[in-house]
Amino acid sequence: MKQFIFSFALAVLSVAAFGQKYLTQSATIRFFSSTPMEDIEAVNNQVSTAINAENGEMVFSMLMTAFTFEKALMQEHFNEKYVESPQFPKAKFKGSIADFGKLKLTETPTEVTVTGDMTIHGVTKSVTIIGTLAKKGDKIVAVSKFMIVPEDYGIKIPGAVRENIAKEIEVTVNATYDLINK
Amino acid sequence: MAALPLAAQDDDLFDLLGEDEPVTQYTIATFKSTRLISGHSVETNSAGVLQFLIGHRFGRVNSGWRDLYGIDNATIRLGFDYGITDNLNVGIGRSSFQKTYDAMVKYRFLRQKSGAENFPITATYVASMFVRADDWPHPDRTNYFTSRMSYHHGLLIARKFGESLSVQLMPSLVHRNLVKTQDDMNTVASMGAGFSARVSGSLRVNAEYHYLLPNQIVSTIGGENVKNSLSIGVDLETGGHVFQLHFTNSRGMTEQYLISETTGSWADGGIHFGFNVSRVFTVKKPKAFKE
Repeated sequence: MKQFIFSFALAVLSVAAFGQKYLTQSATIRFFSSTPMEDIEAVNNQVSTAINAENGEMVFSMLMTAFTFEKALMQEHFNEKYVESPQFPKAKFKGSIADFGKLKLTETPTEVTVTGDMTIHGVTKSVTIIGTLAKKGDKIVAVSKFMIVPEDYGIKIPGAVRENIAKEIEVTVNATYDLINK
Repeated sequence: MAALPLAAQDDDLFDLLGEDEPVTQYTIATFKSTRLISGHSVETNSAGVLQFLIGHRFGRVNSGWRDLYGIDNATIRLGFDYGITDNLNVGIGRSSFQKTYDAMVKYRFLRQKSGAENFPITATYVASMFVRADDWPHPDRTNYFTSRMSYHHGLLIARKFGESLSVQLMPSLVHRNLVKTQDDMNTVASMGAGFSARVSGSLRVNAEYHYLLPNQIVSTIGGENVKNSLSIGVDLETGGHVFQLHFTNSRGMTEQYLISETTGSWADGGIHFGFNVSRVFTVKKPKAFKE
């Protein structure tokens, strides 16, 4: 009997502690810079992100070198001169989804506000991002579009290409999370 | 027991992402261009990228004011290099000097990397063929087509130290089908060395040197001995262009000339001002942009 209570307690605690986490390692982040001179777009299909459904915590991590550009030379400049990937290989986000406990996720996307810390180029800033969440079977689908300013993260754009790179870059996030049992 | 769930909750969500696993970072931009100055660097164009190269070498700086210190007497090379894959490039070119056509194939077979996997160097093999198409300059010799041909094989080994210094070694062989005298060797060996130092984001200082092993070429060219090639210059990068400005004692812009036909002397001002302009075009877009 003692043993039964022990295992039961352990099982309950385990569910509370380890259950309800969602993960994907193939989320997509695109960014898009538009100026009268040219449009520049980059895609990263290997973004890792997770949601803890217990408390609405949300994290993202991505390798800067995994961004693919239409022009290989732009990719080299991006990594070498702008985000300086050898020193700052990853961009990260850690935040929480507001009122996550009260949300009833359905197949219809629900608007959510995510507040947290974004780290790019070794510089961390507090940001608030609006997005949507939807639930499809066991999966959660997250979509968001927001603007970032490279200078906010200490990314210097040389004068020669200042006209070619937008002051504000549009970032699009698409993530489909799988429920994991850990 | 109560400690268990607490400890679990302290677990960083980042752990789920596999944050502790180290990743492999490939070294990028060891050199700014596929050419160090005149000779090849380990760099290759990415798949689907076409590079247009324009090279100019003016006449000798010591040729005096009447030729405006060599400006009147320019030679040019136009070339295209294309990335079949990120590591395999092919190229063609044509130099006004001796009206020479060249073709090359270049393969980067090792890449410097750090992190989960480490490798200290990048290595590229380059092979070129040259055909001179000028009026036959040796009236005493039979004008065979093969006599107009020569070849170059180079092994390029480079390492980038930190973010601002890259060094390259390039042992090379040049084979000339026709040489002037019996004492000249058809196949000559040289050892090259070069570096590129980053001064600021878009500016680099470069040097390239080819040491021809002694007693291989005894005949003279235009009354001058063949010398080792030394070039010193800068790279300026602006968006899609790389401008390379330099001084060199070599008149030609390909390894055949650098290694076996350099006659200028730095000591006497027998050097040439020159520049390369390189522009890249994306011919085939990467997969993610195909739609």
